[in-house]
Amino acid sequence: MGEDSPNIQHLREKFQGRILASHAFRGDETVVIPREGLREIFSFLKADPRLDFDFLTDITAVDYLGKKEPRFEVVYHLYSLRAKHRLRIKIPVPAEDPVVDSLVPLWKGANWLEREVWDMFGIRFSGHPDLRRVLLYEEFQGHPLRKDYPVNQRQPLVPERELEDTFVDQRSSNKLLQLQQKFAPKR
Amino acid sequence: MNSRTPELRHKYGEDKLLAETVVVTRLDKAIGWARKYSIFPYPFATACCAMEYMSLSMSPYDIDRFGALLPRFSPRQADLLMVIGTVNHKLAPVLKRVYDQMSEPKWVMAFGACAASGGFYDNYATVQGIDRIIPVDVYVPGCPPRPEAVLDALMELQGKIARQKHPLI
Repeated sequence: MGEDSPNIQHLREKFQGRILASHAFRGDETVVIPREGLREIFSFLKADPRLDFDFLTDITAVDYLGKKEPRFEVVYHLYSLRAKHRLRIKIPVPAEDPVVDSLVPLWKGANWLEREVWDMFGIRFSGHPDLRRVLLYEEFQGHPLRKDYPVNQRQPLVPERELEDTFVDQRSSNKLLQLQQKFAPKR
Repeated sequence: MNSRTPELRHKYGEDKLLAETVVVTRLDKAIGWARKYSIFPYPFATACCAMEYMSLSMSPYDIDRFGALLPRFSPRQADLLMVIGTVNHKLAPVLKRVYDQMSEPKWVMAFGACAASGGFYDNYATVQGIDRIIPVDVYVPGCPPRPEAVLDALMELQGKIARQKHPLI
């Protein structure tokens, strides 16, 4: 933890005790806030003439399964086009109730970003106008970027052919391929 | 006089004339020969391998030497489905449908590591080789393949077409 930057100090003065942690190193500035009343803090970040964060660059999330409590963190990246400074905001979210408030009323661009976080991590955004999957198909079960989703569990939409029907180079030195074919489960 | 005697045929050059103008072959072999030099590919290009396909069709490599330049952007007019790049499970129904829309005779080329085997994408999204969905005639390894590798595969496919049976009805 380095010294707080002027922007973070400004934020701390306004929201006494609601900044859980902060970090600043060579312009890489991060604050951690609780999810309660997050829209109030984001409205201030957008409206305050000194901070003036008019551009929501990205929303993503991190799954700290077995490493940290609470399990999820939603991460927002803000940029000010006029002042040319950036801020990263993290919000811890518990696994048993993965919901945060939507930011679509503040930034329209949050719409698809929040849908992507819902698609990949299963974190819901209350107040979102149209929370559907954006990358994967509707039939997909689960959320693939969660650490407890098996990394290569596939959910085909068209029936796949038996592994025996597919090509394996018998001259290949990779014996694993041939073993896979030999022991492929019969359907 | 009549030219039926061998001496006269030789004298008037008729035997030579026949030797240079008539070729005797089987009809389905002739059709195979014609088909292998008039492949209309349908480029199903999804990823970076498509760049290699572009250089393949330009003059330095010039796939037109093999009669396979003219891409048909309708599967109904194409003979060869070139699957160029990664196919994921969301796209798989589209690929299947494109293949089903092609009329016989049709062939499929898996262009690049991803189309042939899923490449290094062993994850939740990627089809592990398009041969899990549709039959494939020729595989081109490489990430991306060199244009020479694709030309080699094309010649391989031409050989396969020439060896195939071409029923007339």
